[in-house]
Amino acid sequence: MRTIIYLFIGILFGITMFKSEAASWFRIYEMFRFEAFHMYGIIGSTVVLGILIVQAIKRFNILSFYGEPIVFLPKAKSVSRYLFGGFIFGLGWALAGACPGPMFTLVGAGFSPILVVILGSVFGTFLYGLIKEKLPH
Amino acid sequence: MTFLFDPWPWYISGPMIALILFLLLMVGKNFGMSSNLRTLCTMCGAGSASDFFRLDWKSQQWNLVVALGAGIGGFIGAQFLSHDLAVAIHPDTIANLNTLGFKSAGTSYLPTALYDTSIFTDIRGVLILAIGGLLVGFGARYAGGCTSGHAISGLSTLQWPSLIAVIGFFAGGLTMVHFIFPLIF
Repeated sequence: MRTIIYLFIGILFGITMFKSEAASWFRIYEMFRFEAFHMYGIIGSTVVLGILIVQAIKRFNILSFYGEPIVFLPKAKSVSRYLFGGFIFGLGWALAGACPGPMFTLVGAGFSPILVVILGSVFGTFLYGLIKEKLPH
Repeated sequence: MTFLFDPWPWYISGPMIALILFLLLMVGKNFGMSSNLRTLCTMCGAGSASDFFRLDWKSQQWNLVVALGAGIGGFIGAQFLSHDLAVAIHPDTIANLNTLGFKSAGTSYLPTALYDTSIFTDIRGVLILAIGGLLVGFGARYAGGCTSGHAISGLSTLQWPSLIAVIGFFAGGLTMVHFIFPLIF
């Protein structure tokens, strides 16, 4: 049953990524040239609503659908890993025009070359696992 | 209902993503798609190469199911919910892309110069996609998350690390588009 819920949420996410054009290389390029409000509107409105949702959950102690407390995991404090890692991610995001969510969406939409990007990103993740001890965190 | 078949404006798309964030929280999960890349490494046996991949991938199965759904959603979006796949980006962006050699700007969903199946016989194109993916995968794990984990989940929970990561995402993206693109395209 839970698996079906996850699948349903994923399908909703995939349709949204495709129809919002957040999965389009062109929209990412346009965003980084500041030539349209579209992507900023999407990310901005998501975050504003997200903050309201999270604050409401915390304030009213809203429980999950299964009656369990909802926990928000605090991210480890650091600057270098987020700045360097984020910068590298940004380079790839602009070049491939896809972040990890939309990558899966584009496979379903029938763009087979995205599989090269996915293979590359799995390999990049593997590479990070191999050398992470040598990187500043 | 015709609006469904047009590209969704930001004020529909943003609230939809917020709804997805809400639904995931309500089933006790945190939104973060790049974790799936780590799980895929584990499933391929990367645990023998690094402790980083020694995790119980079954505990991450839910997220793989979300990713599978994201793929099915892409299929539904492209096959049943779209009349015209052209992305109406700004005319200035189109003009700029034309000068870089992206002739499909404004007429397709993805640039044919990178995402047409003919790319498989073009070593340079395959390399660009592979390197783009590699940077995304490496950077996401180094930063501990991607657009969903940091820009959406992290900022929604008001976490400073996520703001730093998002600043990094933009610094990297701007560098690529404004300084590196003129060198490679």
